[in-house]
Amino acid sequence: MLSYILRRIVATLPVMAIVALFVFSLLYIAPGDPAVVIAGDQASPEDVERIRQSLGLDRPFLVQFGSWVWRILHGDLGTSIFTNLPVSAMIGQRLGPTLSLMIVTLLLTIVVAVPLGVVAAWKAGSLIDRVIMGFAVFGFSLPVFVVGYMLAYIFALELEWLPVQGYTPLSSGFWPWLENLILPAIALGCVYIALVARITRAAMLEVLQQDYIRTAKAKGLGQGGILFIHALKNAAVPIVTVIGIGIALLIGGAVVTESVFAIPGLGRLTIDAILRRDYPVIQGIVLLFSFVYVLVNLMIDVIYTLVDPRIRY
Amino acid sequence: MDRRTVLKGLAGAGGLALTGLSAPAIAQGASARTLRFVPQANLANFDPIWGTQYVVRNAAALVWDTLYGIDAQLQPQRQMVESEETSDDGKTWTFKLRPGLKFHDGEPVLAKDVVASLSRWAARDPMGLMIIAIQQELTAVDDRTFKWVLKQPFPKMLYALAKNNAPCSFIMPERIAKTDPFKQITEYVGSGPMKFAKGEWVPGAKAVFEKFADYVPRQEKASWLAGGKQIMVDRVEWIVMPDPATAAAALQNGEVDWWENPIADLVSVLKKNKNISVDIGDPLGNIGSFRMNHLFAPFNDVRARRAVLMALSQEDYMRAIVGDDTALWKPLPGFFTPDTPVYNELGGEILKGKRDFDAAKKLLAESGYSGQPVTCLVAQDQPITKAQGDVTADLLKRLGMNVDFVATDWGTVGSRRAQKTPPGQGGWNMFHSWHAGADCITPAAYTAIRANGDKAWFGWPNSPNTEKEITGWFEAKSIDEEKAAIGRVNKAAIEDVVYAPTGFFLTYTAWRKNVSGITKGPLPFFWGVSKSA
Repeated sequence: MLSYILRRIVATLPVMAIVALFVFSLLYIAPGDPAVVIAGDQASPEDVERIRQSLGLDRPFLVQFGSWVWRILHGDLGTSIFTNLPVSAMIGQRLGPTLSLMIVTLLLTIVVAVPLGVVAAWKAGSLIDRVIMGFAVFGFSLPVFVVGYMLAYIFALELEWLPVQGYTPLSSGFWPWLENLILPAIALGCVYIALVARITRAAMLEVLQQDYIRTAKAKGLGQGGILFIHALKNAAVPIVTVIGIGIALLIGGAVVTESVFAIPGLGRLTIDAILRRDYPVIQGIVLLFSFVYVLVNLMIDVIYTLVDPRIRY
Repeated sequence: MDRRTVLKGLAGAGGLALTGLSAPAIAQGASARTLRFVPQANLANFDPIWGTQYVVRNAAALVWDTLYGIDAQLQPQRQMVESEETSDDGKTWTFKLRPGLKFHDGEPVLAKDVVASLSRWAARDPMGLMIIAIQQELTAVDDRTFKWVLKQPFPKMLYALAKNNAPCSFIMPERIAKTDPFKQITEYVGSGPMKFAKGEWVPGAKAVFEKFADYVPRQEKASWLAGGKQIMVDRVEWIVMPDPATAAAALQNGEVDWWENPIADLVSVLKKNKNISVDIGDPLGNIGSFRMNHLFAPFNDVRARRAVLMALSQEDYMRAIVGDDTALWKPLPGFFTPDTPVYNELGGEILKGKRDFDAAKKLLAESGYSGQPVTCLVAQDQPITKAQGDVTADLLKRLGMNVDFVATDWGTVGSRRAQKTPPGQGGWNMFHSWHAGADCITPAAYTAIRANGDKAWFGWPNSPNTEKEITGWFEAKSIDEEKAAIGRVNKAAIEDVVYAPTGFFLTYTAWRKNVSGITKGPLPFFWGVSKSA
């Protein structure tokens, strides 16, 4: 297993290299010029050109790419064109809020979606099943920002239970940290809960048709034991897979959620960097996200071996 | 139903629901000594000479002081300077600094700091460049005295040092001011009324300013950038909120105290909340505009440009930008900011009265326009440019023009508009923008009015008459002469259609009623602003 993990980690390197080349090329050919944004609206073309030179943006593609790769290999993600701060420091500032949001959303999803999916499968075709699946369709269809605004209106403005916006670090206390994350996590989690609930239901339906489930029932096992011990464990592979894939959804959704709830996370940093054409920051974030994605896939593969002993690498 | 409608509805409902309710726990816990402010944009960098965005200028005004400051009457007043002298021939300016000025690191402000700061500023500022062009020397005479010797008189010297247009001539320590003006500074040490808390800066999210205990305000009453800058709170926190509905909800909920410029769609909601005050933020407002490319057909022919002016309805543009609130806009038959001392709309007839499409079409035909595509760049991520772009597309179609509507983002417009290639080869025919009224009072900092061909702003208008009259304004010695010169500039610029003004519009600012001392002006002034619990 250990050698497999090591092999997979090594295999991420060419993936990262391809991602890096792709992102760099895409940004190079994309329209827009950070020098123009920096120089401001009243700047002369000469001023813009001087800024472009000072940023090294006038150099040929290969020189710029080579210089960037060299820095990356030395663990340096570069410096933001706009803030003049190291990209790693900027990402570090934003990692906490995004990570917090994703963890709370993930926990919420697992706690809500899996039982919903199991119950829907158990009561397949009943009113309960239809209600749960109706909720899933609804959750999957509603844009994150609509859910976000509705939650903010009800729970922040109307009931005054929770704040509208912002982020408080965990170091300031558990509740201050959590109260800022509840509404964003629900908003972001809606799509995810819907997805996981549907997949759980589908996987469970298939498992519940198996002979060993009939045998378990014949043995007189309780419904809870059948569903959550025997059936769920055997339905876990597709559920784990979709939870993993869903992390990509979370990354995308975090961009909108962080804007709606003014959370200073990586999603907002990404949007700001793209709009300003802050190339080093965009490149740093994309590299980070692709690394996280590769890592999540690796973790899913490892989890497979835990939920299904037949799987061996 | 679109996203903005959803926002408005929800924010509106929230506003009604909150009327009469107390602030939530989060607001009650906040210190009355901290003012939480939502700025117009993200403070992405903090070098007011390197980056000339308004948001940087606004933050910099807290941290760095200026030698002179413009007041509410648009007059330059002494700020860091105690006195000045001009030689009889008007070529030598000698300035003396106020005693006791200190930087945030405890070092005294010396003349050498001023010399380095002015040199850096002048390399980036249009008026500064004019001074450099006639500069003989800029030197420190002693610790508190410096001298600027010119080859010819420059009557607008004090205005140049006082103006609020970016870049302002902020004074920095010499070691910082020696940074190449095209590179960013890395230390944010000024002598202004507040210190920048660099450690708490999260670009894109938050910036914090702390009261500078050793700041010595002037004795005069504060007036815009002039007078005694008394800071009444310990901290000012800038909280960046990219989403207007979130900012509106946060203001209603008491999570922030002051929102610099709420969008027009949400103002009615805020006005209904009894805990919130709403008023015009900047009486100098903004001028909407679109620029035509003078290098290529059809707009290389002045008749085509005039045809567009003849047909355009400023009311259409203004309603598209600010909605139905008629208090927020007025027609503008010219290029200069209305209700200012030297305002003059001479020659603006073409923009007044009923729109004459028949005459405009005839003039367009005379220009030789024969249906070639007109590439119209419209940034969709900026509500003001998007609204104007939609109106322009309709206008051009009604004129019988073949519109190539390029819907894109501001970053792309910013780089594409610099292209001098033909429209079909990556260039353009039109793009939309707007100018802060504070920049359009006179030609001093008004880059968009310049018409010196290749050196002019994008669109590269070439109008020797306009340039001649601009020079006349710089040479004017009295306000009457200035006003007359402004009239001549306006007339010449309209005749040659340097650009198309789409009207004058204002924006609101909103704050919680426990905040007092907010004044109207071209930037948010934090001195004199206090907050009760």
